[in-house]
Amino acid sequence: MGSTKLLQNMVLAGGLALSATSMAATPSAAMLAGTCAACHGTNGSSVAVIPSLAAAPAEYFVETMKAFKSGARKATVMDRVAKGYSDEEIALMGDYFAQQKLIPMKQGFDKTKLNQGKRLHDKYCEKCHEEDGRKPDVGGILAGQSMMYLTFSMDDFLSGEREMEKDMKKKVNEMLKETDKSSIESLIHFYGSQQ
Amino acid sequence: MISRRNFIKLSGGAVAAGTLVGCAGGMGRSGGGGKVVVVGGGPGGATAAKYLRMFDPSIEVTLIEANAKYYTCFMSNEVLGGDRNLDSITFGYDGLRRHGVRVVHDTVTQIDAAARKIVTKSGATFSYDRAIVSPGIDFKWGAIEGHSAEAAEIIPHAWKAGAQTVTLHKQLLDMKNGGTVVIATPSGAFRCPPGPYERASLIANYLKKHKPKSKVLILDAGDKFAKQGLFIAGWKKHYGYGTSNSLIEWVPAAQGGKVEGVDAKGMAVQAAVEKIKADVINVIPPQKAGKLAFDAGLTEGDWCPINKKTFESKIHANIHVLGDASNAAGMPKSGYSANVQAKVCAAAVVDLLAGREPGFPSYMNTCYSVVGDDHGISVSIVYTFDEAKNEIIAVKGAGGVTPSDASAEALRREAHYAHGWFANITNDIFG
Ligand SMILES: Cc1cc2nc3c(=O)[nH]c(=O)nc-3n(C[C@H](O)[C@H](O)[C@H](O)COP(=O)(O)OP(=O)(O)OC[C@H]3O[C@@H](n4cnc5c(N)ncnc54)[C@H](O)[C@@H]3O)c2cc1C
Ligand code: HEC
Ligand code: HEC
Repeated sequence: MGSTKLLQNMVLAGGLALSATSMAATPSAAMLAGTCAACHGTNGSSVAVIPSLAAAPAEYFVETMKAFKSGARKATVMDRVAKGYSDEEIALMGDYFAQQKLIPMKQGFDKTKLNQGKRLHDKYCEKCHEEDGRKPDVGGILAGQSMMYLTFSMDDFLSGEREMEKDMKKKVNEMLKETDKSSIESLIHFYGSQQ
Repeated sequence: MISRRNFIKLSGGAVAAGTLVGCAGGMGRSGGGGKVVVVGGGPGGATAAKYLRMFDPSIEVTLIEANAKYYTCFMSNEVLGGDRNLDSITFGYDGLRRHGVRVVHDTVTQIDAAARKIVTKSGATFSYDRAIVSPGIDFKWGAIEGHSAEAAEIIPHAWKAGAQTVTLHKQLLDMKNGGTVVIATPSGAFRCPPGPYERASLIANYLKKHKPKSKVLILDAGDKFAKQGLFIAGWKKHYGYGTSNSLIEWVPAAQGGKVEGVDAKGMAVQAAVEKIKADVINVIPPQKAGKLAFDAGLTEGDWCPINKKTFESKIHANIHVLGDASNAAGMPKSGYSANVQAKVCAAAVVDLLAGREPGFPSYMNTCYSVVGDDHGISVSIVYTFDEAKNEIIAVKGAGGVTPSDASAEALRREAHYAHGWFANITNDIFG
């Protein structure tokens, strides 16, 4: 009987979250987030190429959406998409995605690069992207993220297309001084290998 | 603690038992529950069935779909030139079964809106509290002289994917170097407005590599088309568009492009001005809502009028229509639209079954098109609802097409993202 009660409560909670009766013209978080799933995957866990959003910290999500909206962060499509949402709607989606569990992307990686990747990560990245990049700390989650997206992101950071946070920039530059560009690839394979 | 996965399994079991005693209108309206029958397992119907179960596992959901396998039209243009195979656009319904959807393969012949009962070809009947219908499109065979379902066996439309896609692919493989491929576009509203031009691009891409003396001739029923500027820029870059040996030639209606008749046996089309012989002919017929929509009396003109907040039919209460068959203007008829409409509809059905006012909707559409190797473009629009006018309207200041000055790198990324979209949308629908 206890479990039936629990079921009812869960259903009720789900239903209430859905209907968003509080504000007549504001869609619920689930309604808004559902429209992103065809690109970003069901509940924000992507299965290919496009970045996952699940479990990303709400603060990072909100800042990122605002950067897309203002044009501060360049994009192929997200600049056009982000302009469609109010700050309130962005905040709703930020909380929603932060609560989703990330299903790491299944993707091919090169095993021979993992040791170097792990070593570099510990030395230059772990301080901010904790627990091998799994912890939703600063930035998004790197572990289990689309490797192709990570490659595009690092390219943009290095070319200056995307602004790098200044302490991260220091670390990345330090790394590139001491190693060569293959270090970036090794890091990406390391993050992608965490499935 | 019950994990979400166990929770779904658990209630899936409960549903199986519930079917035996289920009665229309039964199951407490206040605490969820209820019986929904979904007809059509394309992007519209399959997404609706899955999300109903995700939103409220106490709802009993039956999906009736004619075929055991679904072939997506999206990315089928990549099958034509051999860039991908049919398997990669083939999907089954086990994923939906795992969500506790009861999947029945049968063809619905009748919907009795008053009795809330659905009848199938095999004679089975299904009662419902609410029905969701997403039957896709049908062709208006009478519109082009000489065109018929039989003629389309010789000159495939390939506008419903599967056997037709394979036939067109084989014809392209068999064609001589130096041959002409005609693509005739439909008049009126049709599924996937950029589709014919993506098709022209990818066939040209195949010809460029394998049969470079050939060409694609687009005979257009209109004078402009979706993402026109971006397509033409891509054609200039890859296929010599506008030069004397262009792989693609486009003839708008104003210059006699509209096809008025076909001669499948003679391999010719009658355009407004001249009769044109070709080696491969792909006439895409004008379209209307799927047959079931007409049989069930859900149409007004060619499409089904709906309340765009809930997708409930304006003609029959308790029946919701979505996807290509519905008139959901301003959204285009696309897989993305159908997938999003299904979620809006499923959320509304959950609320309505529980006696709540449906929440405020949000909609989105994106159509990626692959123009060539490493060259993708997109149109992406965020929509909201105008309650007073019952209209779906684009959010002002947002959305739009790939900028015309996008870098080669941005276009390369869009081609990759198009493939990422395909993987994610099909997983969201069928997974
Ligand atoms: C070449 C091409 C390329 C495209 N590319 C894209 C793209 O890149 N992006 C995009 O978003 N969209 C694209 N589309 C459009 C997309 O395929 C359609 O918009 C989408 O399939 C519509 O979904 P639907 O659920 O409304 O209908 P459908 O996909 O047609 O599904 C209807 C289902 O209902 C079943 N059915 C019908 N009647 C009955 C009945 N009486 N009983 C039981 N079952 C029944 C059918 O068997 C079918 O499975 C493309 C289309 C084409 C032709
Ligand atoms: C047409 C596909 C598409 C749609 C629809 C889409 N996105 Fe995106 N999203 C992308 C792509 C591609 C990127 C990578 C940046 C770019 O090139 O646009 C991205 C990046 C993002 C990022 C940055 C991720 C990171 O780790 O920094 C966020 C946040 C995001 N999208 C949120 C959303 C939300 C929220 C929605 C729905 C309201 C949405 N997106 C709809 C394709 C899409
Ligand atoms: C001093 C802290 C810090 C360090 C060290 C650091 N980063 Fe970051 N990283 C950030 C922050 C903050 C962001 C978010 C940037 C933004 O808002 O766009 C970020 C974002 C990223 C992103 C983009 C994620 C996304 O979803 O788009 C990648 C990739 C990344 N970092 C990789 C690395 C790598 C690899 C290293 C080590 C070489 C590293 N970072 C070191 C702070 C750091």
